[in-house]
Amino acid sequence: MSDADSIVGLIPRLRRYARALAGDKAAADDLVQDTLERAWAKLHLYRRGTDLRAWMFTVMHNVFVNQLRASRPGVQLEDDLPELSRPARETESLELRDLDRAIRRLPPEQREVLLLVVLEDMSYDEAARTLGIPIGTVMSRLARAREKLRSMLSGLPPGGKLHVIK
Amino acid sequence: MGTEAKDDPELKALSEALHQLYDPVLDEPVPQSLRARGMTGVAPWRAYARAAGLVAVGLVVGALSGWFLHPAQPPAVAQSDTPPFVKRAAVAHATYSPEVRHPVEVGADQEAHLVAWLSKRLGAPVKAPKLEGVGYSLMGGRLLPGDNGPVAHFMYQCKQGTRVTLYVRTDATNNRETAFRYQTEGNVKVFYWIDRKFGYALSSADISKEYLLKVADSVYRQLNPE
Repeated sequence: MSDADSIVGLIPRLRRYARALAGDKAAADDLVQDTLERAWAKLHLYRRGTDLRAWMFTVMHNVFVNQLRASRPGVQLEDDLPELSRPARETESLELRDLDRAIRRLPPEQREVLLLVVLEDMSYDEAARTLGIPIGTVMSRLARAREKLRSMLSGLPPGGKLHVIK
Repeated sequence: MGTEAKDDPELKALSEALHQLYDPVLDEPVPQSLRARGMTGVAPWRAYARAAGLVAVGLVVGALSGWFLHPAQPPAVAQSDTPPFVKRAAVAHATYSPEVRHPVEVGADQEAHLVAWLSKRLGAPVKAPKLEGVGYSLMGGRLLPGDNGPVAHFMYQCKQGTRVTLYVRTDATNNRETAFRYQTEGNVKVFYWIDRKFGYALSSADISKEYLLKVADSVYRQLNPE
């Protein structure tokens, strides 16, 4: 199978990750398009026999970071992105909708780690290599993402120790 | 989920929820534009431009080479030189191709009548090319008002339901011949060319530029047998 075939085969996975990462469909497909274009231009850097999927996700990560920088010059990635509006799908339960919204409110670098590990089934080590960060950073970002999600979904401030009273 | 996270009940629940949320994306049809980029890394029009520069090899070149060897090919022209009938063709495509009940005025079951009728109204012999070779069957056609008298509009459909339309006008004035030109009008892709007294525009909103070119190539070859 050629690299082109393999890349085409990865498109659905790339789109799923992009949708979770970028929020709405149009932004996600833009992200995928730019990723494919860049991947093709940089294909000579891909080492045959290594994991093409991880390599493609690395390319997407770089494109995503560049897009964030371009759209918000001078703004640190650590900041929360403003909530993106998206029409609710009828079939989603309230909980899922809340979760979707909470994911999109995570800081981008935490969102990436969470999605790679939890949605894309990467090990901490794979996620670390994909994002080009130490494995310890993967673990701390994941922990912070989880804490943020918990607080957003329960309505408590981060670090809040109170339990929800029903 | 990653091996380290497998034993964590919270991450497991989160994973299930994320898959419920985002897995439907896996089943969505991949847009043709993305598929094309996956193949060549560039948007279709850029692939075309590369091929024109004889830089790139690949799918496109084979289909195109015939055209670049075509002796009648004039130098490239600016977009503003696009004849008005191209826009009309794109509008006609956008108007009639989504029609479920009345996509055509005369169906392919009366093809001989359709062709005779349109030829009579256009005042020149019109042909409905056979496009089964590239996966498209004639649905029928209709007569439309053009900027210079009546025009013929043929509609074709493939098995998957995508449609292409061929707009044929007689070109009493400005009948400068051209090789294939490409233009987009909104989401409608159009290949057009002028050949003797006819102007042709082949439109689609659904298929890739490369494939539309292949269909255009088939149309051209039938109308101009060597």
